[in-house]
Amino acid sequence: MKQMHLAAHFPGVNSTTVWADPRSRSQIDFASFEHLARTAERGRFDFFFLAEGLRLREHNGRIHDLDVVGRPESLTVLNALAAVTDRLGLAATVNATFNEPYELARRLATLDHLSGGRAAWNVVTSSDAFTGENFRRGGYLDRADRYTRAAEFVSTARELWDSWTPDGTSRPFAHSGQHFEVSGEFTVPRSPQGHPVVIQAGDSDEGREFAASAADVIFTRHGTLEAGRVFYADVKERLAKYGRQPDDLKIMPGVTVVLGDTDAEAQQNAAEIRRQQVSPQNAILALEQVWGRDLSSYDPDGPLPDIEPDPDSGLVKGRVRVADPLAVAARWRALSAAKGLSIRQTVIESTARQSFIGSPQSVAAELETFVSTDAADGFILVPHLTPGGLDDFVDRVVPLLQERGAFRSEYTGSTLRSHLGLAEPVWKG
Amino acid sequence: MSATRPLHLAAEIGGPPRYDADSHVALARLAEQGALDFVTLGDSFARPGPDALAVLARVAPATTRIGLVPTVTTTHTEPFHVSSAVATLDWVSGGRAGWHADVSTTEAEARLFGRRGAAPAAALWQEAGETADVGARLWDSWEDDAEIRDVATGRFIDRDKLHYVDFEGSTFSVRGPAIVPRPPQGRPVTVFDGTGGPARESAARYADVVYVRATSPEQAASLRADVRRIAAAHGRDPDTLRVLVALTVDLGDAETAPEPGLESGPQLAGRGTYFRGGPVDLAELITQWHRGGAVDGFHLTPITPERDLERIVNGTVALLQHRSLFRTFYPGGTLREHLRLARPANRYAHARTAGATS
Repeated sequence: MKQMHLAAHFPGVNSTTVWADPRSRSQIDFASFEHLARTAERGRFDFFFLAEGLRLREHNGRIHDLDVVGRPESLTVLNALAAVTDRLGLAATVNATFNEPYELARRLATLDHLSGGRAAWNVVTSSDAFTGENFRRGGYLDRADRYTRAAEFVSTARELWDSWTPDGTSRPFAHSGQHFEVSGEFTVPRSPQGHPVVIQAGDSDEGREFAASAADVIFTRHGTLEAGRVFYADVKERLAKYGRQPDDLKIMPGVTVVLGDTDAEAQQNAAEIRRQQVSPQNAILALEQVWGRDLSSYDPDGPLPDIEPDPDSGLVKGRVRVADPLAVAARWRALSAAKGLSIRQTVIESTARQSFIGSPQSVAAELETFVSTDAADGFILVPHLTPGGLDDFVDRVVPLLQERGAFRSEYTGSTLRSHLGLAEPVWKG
Repeated sequence: MSATRPLHLAAEIGGPPRYDADSHVALARLAEQGALDFVTLGDSFARPGPDALAVLARVAPATTRIGLVPTVTTTHTEPFHVSSAVATLDWVSGGRAGWHADVSTTEAEARLFGRRGAAPAAALWQEAGETADVGARLWDSWEDDAEIRDVATGRFIDRDKLHYVDFEGSTFSVRGPAIVPRPPQGRPVTVFDGTGGPARESAARYADVVYVRATSPEQAASLRADVRRIAAAHGRDPDTLRVLVALTVDLGDAETAPEPGLESGPQLAGRGTYFRGGPVDLAELITQWHRGGAVDGFHLTPITPERDLERIVNGTVALLQHRSLFRTFYPGGTLREHLRLARPANRYAHARTAGATS
């Protein structure tokens, strides 16, 4: 049977994290990270995944204050977590736009050494001058250059990781390309995994191509079973032209899970969580993100505004903008009219739904279906609670997956590559 | 000069490059047994070795009290990233973080990044100072009680307690605020080596701990006085500074050496004054210099960490403790508490309070 891969995301800066729940603890204390990581390792997960922040989001010219704000720097937290875990992979999101290959390759190789081969890097890019205001170079890359820089960044990092021979001799390297002109000697020997695992996040065409050429894991958005299969087939097909096998790239959608003793109870729990995720204030905020206007005078329990969106207002900064606000507004109006929904109810119905809702038995079966029918190779779980949001899944669903033979009962290797079934990269000296 | 000023001791745990966690953890635990203020781990892009801040983050959960001070270079790195990483080290260690700000002076280091060429030391130390300055501002950019979790209004934070730093330096600018909330110590401890002329100005202006290199207590006292004078000229209370003499130590294999003493030479440049002798001889030197009020303490770099740190802890420190010159346990939990440095007030909170009352 095809075994699934499982990873855990630390809940953070987004409206799906329910900080108002009485069980919610610190988003920053090390104890929170330790709890979630230990839970993931107890569940024999492949890896633990951290996002990154480089500029606080703004809304209407002010710092956004409704969702979780603030988080620690990923690689430093993961190095500390290496001390309290033994097998769990440790994945850091680090931007390729506002870093330099030499320094980041070194930090990643160090994590791989200190963790005994458990490091992973989630490569993301940024183009906007808003984020750039915190960095030496500022915002200076257009969208196309972002990806060429990211691709060259990864290949330069690989050259650095290969610049020591497997028997531990340092050799000079030189890289000369469109974005980087670097030469010298790398300070860190080849690490336990050869190259830390490379993850690519994003579903765009450029993102898929980049993943097919250079990544070990692709972190996608989850769709329906059918959409998942189409995506899976598309990405796996792209591998051949880079001389890679379908198994060389693992497809792992980010998903949420809501459990109950019965399917009906799980549905009730899911509805309650959605209500908590979309507070009255967050409903107005979501509306403003589509409309691009200050709508603070509207009643979240009242009807949608009858004014039209202003797509070019620049109201929202530091988060992904709604692609076609007019179309979204039209869709929301139609939904609201058809079902008689208020603003808050419309937002609840329209945004980020839970992926897997049901009893542990139902969820285990559904996860297995996704994997066995090639809609995914595994999942990155995104809990809505810090730090206990993974407890139920590990206690109740993982044992069922193990009984079914769909997920490992013990780690068989010590490195993240071994958990993921990825070969150590061939040394290119 | 008071002879009862507390003695501060720190030790470097680097040496030949090692990439595993266990050897670093063992050395940090050994230093912690001796109740030392902090351990340091040197770093440079110019020679083999792991990222020091990463190593000490790995060490943090494996220790409970000792301060953790990695070298962080400021020349080819991003000040915003540096401040985030140091703040995070403070979070994962429960308030035990510091950082030793250093610069990269060579053309070879510049080529590793390919962004800009080498620059004169004076410019680099000015930039290092600016990096320390913006770091402190970013650490203050969240007031301590900014996180409110106010369910009634749906607000996770009080955004009036977050502040843009709008820093314009000579080579970079940072808008802020920080991503990382204000760390447990308010500001992690900033360490500069103030021996060189260009470095001393930035050290006295921005550091909490300053290393000096001296071959006599008189020279050490003079350097300490100079650092304190410059600090005062920048409006600082000199008593918020700790001046430590940097010594490279070779404790050999005897309790006392036939001819213990200090020497320095070109081959030791950059490593501090060189001390050769036994653990008891080192205790004598520390006792004499400290009793004379020349220094606040010592930063010791063992020439062979595994051997010499054991001798420092079980020989030198044990003797100093026996003489009641050094503490036998940690009365506090944070590095600032070990150093008897107050948790800094938040400049933005203060500014607002002052504004409200004026």
